[in-house]
Amino acid sequence: MRAPLSWLREYVDLPAGETGRQVAARLVDAGLEVETVDRLGADLTGPLVVGEVLAIEELTEFKKPIRYCQVDVGKANGSGEPQNIICGARNFAVGDKVVVALPGAVLPGDFAISARKTYGKVSEGMICSERELEMGDDHAGIIVLPPEHEAGTDAVALLELVDDVLDIAVTPDRGYCLSLRGLAREAATAYGVPLRDPALIDVPAPNADGYPVEVVDRHACDRFTARTVSGVRPEARTPIWMKRRLQKAGMRPVSLPVDITNYVMLELGSPLHAYDRDRLDGPITVRRAERGEKLTTLDAVERTLHAEDLVIADARGPIGLAGVMGGAYSEIVDPAFDAESGRWEGTTEIVVEAAHFAPVPIARSVRRHKLPSEAAKRWERGVDPQAAASAAQRTVDLLELLGGGTAGRGVTEVSSAREPQTIVIPADLPDRTAGQEYGRETVVRRLHQVGCDVYGQDELTVTPPSWRPDLTDPADLTEEVIRLEGYHNLPVRLPRPPSGRGLTERQRLHRRVGRALAADGYVETPTYPFLGQELLDALGFEADDARRRTVMLANPLSEEEPGLRTTLLPGLLTALRRNEGRGSQAHGTGVALFETGLVFLPSGEEPPAVRLPVDRRPSDEEIAALDAALPEQPRHVAAVLAGPRDRGGWWGGETPGGWADAVEAARRVADEAGAELLVGNGQHAPWHPGRCAVLSVQVDGERRLVGHAGELHPRVLKELGLPARTSAMELDLDLLARAGSGPVRSRHISTFPVATQDVALVVDGQVPAVEVEQALRRGAGQLLESLRLFDVFTGEQLGAGRKSLAYALRFRAADRTLTAAEASEARDAAVAAAVEETGAVLRGV
Amino acid sequence: MSAPNKSYDPVEVEALKPEQIDRARDEAVAAVAAAGDLEELREVKTAHAGDRSPLALANREIGALPPHAKAEAGKRVGQARGAVNKALKARQEELERERDERVLAEESVDVTLPYDRRPRGARHPLTTLSERIEDVFVAMGYSVAEGPEVEAEWFNFDALNLDPDHPARSMQDTFFVQAGEGRSSKDSGSAAGDSGVVLRTHTSPVQIRSMLDREPPLYVICPGRVYRTDELDATHTPVFNQVELLAIDEGLTMADLRGTLDHMVRSLLGEGMHTRLRPSYFPFTEPSAEMDMVCYVCRGASVGNPEQPCRTCNSEGWIELGGCGMVNPRVLRACGVDPERYSGFAFGFGIERMLMFRHSVEDMRDMIEGDVRFTLPFGMEI
Repeated sequence: MRAPLSWLREYVDLPAGETGRQVAARLVDAGLEVETVDRLGADLTGPLVVGEVLAIEELTEFKKPIRYCQVDVGKANGSGEPQNIICGARNFAVGDKVVVALPGAVLPGDFAISARKTYGKVSEGMICSERELEMGDDHAGIIVLPPEHEAGTDAVALLELVDDVLDIAVTPDRGYCLSLRGLAREAATAYGVPLRDPALIDVPAPNADGYPVEVVDRHACDRFTARTVSGVRPEARTPIWMKRRLQKAGMRPVSLPVDITNYVMLELGSPLHAYDRDRLDGPITVRRAERGEKLTTLDAVERTLHAEDLVIADARGPIGLAGVMGGAYSEIVDPAFDAESGRWEGTTEIVVEAAHFAPVPIARSVRRHKLPSEAAKRWERGVDPQAAASAAQRTVDLLELLGGGTAGRGVTEVSSAREPQTIVIPADLPDRTAGQEYGRETVVRRLHQVGCDVYGQDELTVTPPSWRPDLTDPADLTEEVIRLEGYHNLPVRLPRPPSGRGLTERQRLHRRVGRALAADGYVETPTYPFLGQELLDALGFEADDARRRTVMLANPLSEEEPGLRTTLLPGLLTALRRNEGRGSQAHGTGVALFETGLVFLPSGEEPPAVRLPVDRRPSDEEIAALDAALPEQPRHVAAVLAGPRDRGGWWGGETPGGWADAVEAARRVADEAGAELLVGNGQHAPWHPGRCAVLSVQVDGERRLVGHAGELHPRVLKELGLPARTSAMELDLDLLARAGSGPVRSRHISTFPVATQDVALVVDGQVPAVEVEQALRRGAGQLLESLRLFDVFTGEQLGAGRKSLAYALRFRAADRTLTAAEASEARDAAVAAAVEETGAVLRGV
Repeated sequence: MSAPNKSYDPVEVEALKPEQIDRARDEAVAAVAAAGDLEELREVKTAHAGDRSPLALANREIGALPPHAKAEAGKRVGQARGAVNKALKARQEELERERDERVLAEESVDVTLPYDRRPRGARHPLTTLSERIEDVFVAMGYSVAEGPEVEAEWFNFDALNLDPDHPARSMQDTFFVQAGEGRSSKDSGSAAGDSGVVLRTHTSPVQIRSMLDREPPLYVICPGRVYRTDELDATHTPVFNQVELLAIDEGLTMADLRGTLDHMVRSLLGEGMHTRLRPSYFPFTEPSAEMDMVCYVCRGASVGNPEQPCRTCNSEGWIELGGCGMVNPRVLRACGVDPERYSGFAFGFGIERMLMFRHSVEDMRDMIEGDVRFTLPFGMEI
């Protein structure tokens, strides 16, 4: 809502020197969000005067037609001689009154006017357009003023060019502030001065002679006032003062009747509509649309109506979408001069509608037809039902005064308005909410200022004013009192919550995982969860891969990415590619990224989420039913890496990164969770089929798949434009957390000497190292302290397809020094187990 | 080798004559001093302190002396050998020190050579800033609550006093989830899908879940990702992070809200920081307020001071932080909390914005795109 300060002053006696900014600060304290204060004309200096065009010489030798004009500016130029001015516009004729900037004037934007030579003539000033004076956007031609203004009159005052305009973002609860009336009320309270309420005008009593109206849906429309005006002169023009107020409020002047309805809407907050009476056929009806009914709205769009749409109709059908937009057919015709008849043609007979609609049907129609309008904005937020009759009267008055019309004596009023609701509020509730003592007297005084009727002592019975439909609960009244008393006056106190228990195990784990991966050189990179078919294809997921079943958005930002991620890899790989594209290689190292975040795994069977009541706590069953409508949303952790794991330099070469780093990253995470990661060879998109580790953990005695790690499939890398050997891991962090073995149990640390034994075992190349290791461990028994694979070797001497695995075994006993024989015996048992379980052959050491 | 001789006169044993012993000692000490390096010193040691050195040989003769003479001879030889060993040890240490110094000098390197072999990683500042905020409140006794990001509309809207036709509901630019497979919600004509499921537009549903889960008193902080249909630009992102706080207890007032906000900005941004409240509107709080904090950069110094303009606050002196208020009794009722007995306050703000002014991030896209050059300087904690 844009409110010119000059207009506001019409209803409130603000201190004379008060600037827009000062008023804005007061209104902000009262809870109005003043976004900007536009200081119109702040950088404008005259002389800017009314001129009368005496003569026009057409200059044709230039690329575009140019006019050389003689303009009478009265005594404004000191000499009284006409000014000679070059003008490129053509929308005026000899005798027209125009706005002239004389040499010495400075127009907005530091545009200094001087006498200067142009188009072969000396131009002594400029004839101005609206845009040059920051009045509006119109730059199609220069301003042509109504003829009654004398040449030489100061145009700065005439056009009210200097003003402060407050641009206010009105919150949904404060619909009444979408009017000068409402803003004036807040300003009056803020300054402690009386309000001249523009809605307080005499309104004739309804009678049976008015235009016939039938309201079918009385819930959606509890009030409908119709008034008629006849004999409005089509040539009557909107006066400058009204035009200027509309412009400053951000509305475009159209024609006098339309401008009047807009003006009254801005003034009183009640949207109105004016119909061309000659285009109406029979009584006006307010009803729901019939299925398939059509209406061409003012914006010339034909709309198919929905059975829920509230319409205004006549005998022929809908003539307007109630509260949203009128129909084109019955609209006020723009006046036009008919050369043949020598007369102005336009609407002369007018029916004025001032109704009151319920917010919900209007809001729904706006959403259905994607048709926001100034009127609808007000209906959605609630309009003062009591103001309808005043608004109609004000419109009729202005049509008479400015349009030369005559009000019909008929006054139609259909009203089924309900009694206003009262609210009972303990008088000390504002005190208890604020933490400060206001006292009953203050509370009552503030509620009166809001416009409430208040009765009672310790318990107040409050009737909110008709323009505050948002005041329904004691808490609403409490807010009114506290905001008017000033939030800045509230005391400050720190509450003392009961002692807490800190972070949960799960939250600690999330932090640890992040730190561990970051310490390992990975950079945390949260990514958007949106993805599309194309990416799933690029990752090589089979048609029946569960990860293709995504949560789908009804209104995605991009049609290419309508789904939510089922894996963290797409986002990370995109970020990886971006880093590569930005020259990360130049830093001499690879890129390693990680992310922890939710993935969304719908079963596809989720029922729709029902709407539960809000007037009580839902039952546990009801809550469970809501949760069942949601997809599974486990937290995953993933890491990707490309290029070397470290840097080469004067110390030597770099270490290439690859599948093993990805598996190690997974292990690091599992370590943090206190879970033992079981690694197996496997195949899983998007990983390289020969370089993919299947990762699992024991949860409640059951082996569960927890993720994958390894090098990505070369085809995927090619599709995504990623470097060769790019590797990745992804784990279900929630599942991993459940695999944790709880607090570490300290082991006895033996101080007896260690006995080390090395063995080299030759096995078939297909035998996984993890199986050999497990066999060794099982065979070695209790004395084994640790075991480490220190070499893998393949070569001709081993035979084709075979490999040698060399292990260092460390034995130690808790209670004695092991003898050589004991250590050898344990080693032999380990080897024997490996021989038996994996077909290993002990290699000559 | 001499045999024991009862009538033996010690004076007559040549090797034990005092002057002989003194000479042997002096020669040994001189040789030690003359040894130029550790190798030479080893030779000197063998010659003058070894088994066949004059003093060692003299020592053997002592046994042949009559008892009355043994003591004196033993003492003399012992003192001489002691002096020699002492000289040896001193020289040994001296020479070793010289050698070590030489070796260390030879081993010296240019330690200014750059060494950045192991690349560092980092955690994202949005994560660490969120944790820092959590820690402020955890220290006060709050607990951290989490919830789903794909959320039922009831939790995201209805329970928060946003009924389906509430203007604030369309104001929120919600991502709606399509209803079940094969059923498109688009043909319903309304933007709201039939699934009743959305991407949460704030972390407030976590507050609702917390109230449903636990009895008051309840002090929780709810950080997390939220979604709104804004296009990504320098100051907007469709996916962003919020922290919301909820306190439900007996007798909580707006004074408590103010105190908590002030404590938070001081904890996060340092002493001297404070907040102010401006009346506003949110369906889930009543009274509601916008909260501003003193400009972190200029601390208000730019207000009315054209010489010192502040880009962070546009020379307004205040920065808009987020929304807050007293929990609407309707919300309490929907969660089974008795509004006659309990009251509460809540606030929420965006972590991206906090990061922007706390760390002078100028473009929100830098937080989104995952360029490691942005993230690395933030390290492990913020």
